[in-house]
Amino acid sequence: MAEYRLEMRGVSKSFPGVKALDGINLKVRPGTVHALMGENGAGKSTLMKCLFGIYHMDEGEVYLDGEKVEIHNPDEALHKGLAMVHQELQPIPERTVAENMYAGRYPTKNFGPFKVVDHKKMFEETEKWLNDVKMPYNPKAKLGTMSIAQMQSVEIAKAVSLQARVVILDEPTSSLTDNEVEALFRIIRDLKSRGVSLIYISHKMAEIREICDEITIMRDGTYVGSWSMDEISDDEIVKQMVGRELTNIYPPKNDTKAGEVLLEVKGLSSIHDRSFQDCSFQLRRGEILGFGGLVGAQRTELMEAVFGMRHIKAGEIYIKGKKMNIKRPQDAIRGGIGMITEDRRGTGILGCLSIADNVSISSLDQYLEYGIKINKGKVENLVKENVAKLSIKTPSSKTRIQSLSGGNQQKVLISRWLANDPDILIMDEPTRGIDVGAKYEIYQIMIELAKQGKGIIMISSEMPELIGMSNRICVMCNGRITGELAGEEATQEKIMSFATQF
Amino acid sequence: MNKKTINVKDILINNGIIIVLLLMVLYVGLTKDNFFSGSNFSNISINVACRFIIALGVSGCLITKGTDLSAGRAVGLAACLAGTMLQKADYSGRFELTKNWPELNVWLVLLICIAICCVFGLINGIVVAYLSVPAFIGTLGMQLIIYGINLVYTKSVPIGGYRSDYTVIANGKLFGVIPYLFIIAVVLGLIIWFIYNYTRHGKYMYAIGGNEAAAEVAGVNVKKTKIIIYMTAAAMYAIAGFLLGAKSGGVSVNLGNGYELEAIAACTIGGVSVNGGIGRVSGVLIGVLVFELLKTSLQFLGIDPNYQYIAQGIVIVVAIALDIRKYIAKK
Repeated sequence: MAEYRLEMRGVSKSFPGVKALDGINLKVRPGTVHALMGENGAGKSTLMKCLFGIYHMDEGEVYLDGEKVEIHNPDEALHKGLAMVHQELQPIPERTVAENMYAGRYPTKNFGPFKVVDHKKMFEETEKWLNDVKMPYNPKAKLGTMSIAQMQSVEIAKAVSLQARVVILDEPTSSLTDNEVEALFRIIRDLKSRGVSLIYISHKMAEIREICDEITIMRDGTYVGSWSMDEISDDEIVKQMVGRELTNIYPPKNDTKAGEVLLEVKGLSSIHDRSFQDCSFQLRRGEILGFGGLVGAQRTELMEAVFGMRHIKAGEIYIKGKKMNIKRPQDAIRGGIGMITEDRRGTGILGCLSIADNVSISSLDQYLEYGIKINKGKVENLVKENVAKLSIKTPSSKTRIQSLSGGNQQKVLISRWLANDPDILIMDEPTRGIDVGAKYEIYQIMIELAKQGKGIIMISSEMPELIGMSNRICVMCNGRITGELAGEEATQEKIMSFATQF
Repeated sequence: MNKKTINVKDILINNGIIIVLLLMVLYVGLTKDNFFSGSNFSNISINVACRFIIALGVSGCLITKGTDLSAGRAVGLAACLAGTMLQKADYSGRFELTKNWPELNVWLVLLICIAICCVFGLINGIVVAYLSVPAFIGTLGMQLIIYGINLVYTKSVPIGGYRSDYTVIANGKLFGVIPYLFIIAVVLGLIIWFIYNYTRHGKYMYAIGGNEAAAEVAGVNVKKTKIIIYMTAAAMYAIAGFLLGAKSGGVSVNLGNGYELEAIAACTIGGVSVNGGIGRVSGVLIGVLVFELLKTSLQFLGIDPNYQYIAQGIVIVVAIALDIRKYIAKK
């Protein structure tokens, strides 16, 4: 038996103008979990796409169990025993679990001269495979009715049913709760014990530490090195990823005393009983108010209601003491609120439009001349100013926003609101999916805004970020605000105890 | 060197349909006598003008991921409305309902046509924006409704005998050289170009097409913007219908049948993406030109008109396949 289950040697790939991968090596032993880490844009996805034949690599070789293979498309990869569970699952929600598992390879039986789908066999087989990964779901359930974690297990069961030798998990835990993560890890350990190799792509250090045996680090499309998890410390990993020491992960907080009350929310309740109920809080000038809680605590829903994106049954919103009637985002914007949503691609960026359009869309009134014509020079100046101030990395203001990295997209969205100069900025998971370097820059921007006297609400599911950034923390659980902590007294344990009250 | 050949290839493929068409025009022009003549150019520009105006209207709907299938019938209704109000006083076959009306000012009639069509555009907009009915279905219904109303109004009687101050708008020429229709189309094109590129409404329109949910969060009044788009479109159909009636000097209820599909096809050939968010006035113009030049060239080549439909269909599919290819390659 070969020493490595999967070996990629000297993989290089260029796109017009960029060398995306330069001599990458990846060696995965049988029955181990191999972490693949690197900042966003380091080339992890590109490497996996080369492995699956979605991209054709310029140089490099792939060996499976010591045997040289050439893979031209994902289907071939699947037949060779490579399976990937994507970051963004692409299931067919309106069909059953079994149909999703067997999509494209339905078992068939003969019906007279025709071949038809053998539903009985399909459901039985699905049940068997699901039980095999100890996930006893109903194979006839519609996939759309299941949670993301459950859909993920279905994907994994599918990989197992295909007798996958290597399973790649791309940021599998980004939308899972802690319990679900535990369940996932149980499955991973189970697969490992059967000799399956796993490649685990994630930004979360604690998880890597818990589940992985070896680690390969990439930086800017180059191969940094591979280590056994025992011989490398967390600090060392970060250092290798960014190529620099991160002495201070969070910039110093704004320590001036919080000023007048900017926003007051009283007894806000959703029209849905299971969403947020009777939520009250205040936001003061110059502070960053953190909102903590487990996924599903309805923090996003509450903030979207404040911003007019959701309907409320009861409750009042006051801005600087004035009662507001917020029915839609425009009302909130007019009242001086800005919102960076959680789902950047879904409700943030205008993908096929330019950076200039994305920055200016909320503040077009300011650039009008003769009451109707937009002065493009003024827009251009605004964009230039923001590109410099927030150090947005972009070839030009006419570049489409979708071609920027996540961190730069986020900065563009922040500048959209800065142009409007709101007093209140709501930021829902502002650093999700953003690499370490850009994260720090966004933190700096947030602190700077607080110093300028804005009030910032930050929803964050990352406990260190919540504690490191917030002057005050509200914790939610099952749609209710269950506790409030001053920044200095907040600890992970205290937050957790509020977050799990019900 | 290598890079340059790739570029040439890309240019050829991305503009394939236009290049093929230009070659065809060149061929027809060099082999047939009257093609490159002043009268033919003025003829083409008159044909293009009305189609261009209709396509301008439809383009806004397409950019916001909608469509407007009521365009053709709205054109027909406007033409009939204008026709019934602008007949000669001494014409024997005057329309029953307006027989005893005083002589109305031509421009007032145009405004009436626009106003009436805009009501239908308003309803289209409300149905699409507030009732969230897919534009394809909502405007399909409107197509039938407008046709029905036109049938009821005209009782399917053909209308003719127009006043000369009406027909001159379409058939007259400035200094005897430049057709008025051409000038009108250019002016409308410039106005729409200005709206798309230099106004809040235009920016909002592209934002909605790019990502409707995100536009809403960014503070765009999505519903209002959509309603304005469908009303502007209806105004364009009204103007086009008014001009088409003037051009032909008579009209029947079937005028405009299928024009919406031609307009949608022309827009898409011109690079207006049916996936929303992308499209330029220059593209719309190119799309319409491609279509009309194709028709004229085929006529000059003496090809059986029945085959021309097949040729048009092929051009639409090929053009859009090439266009989609650009977006897929970019991924």
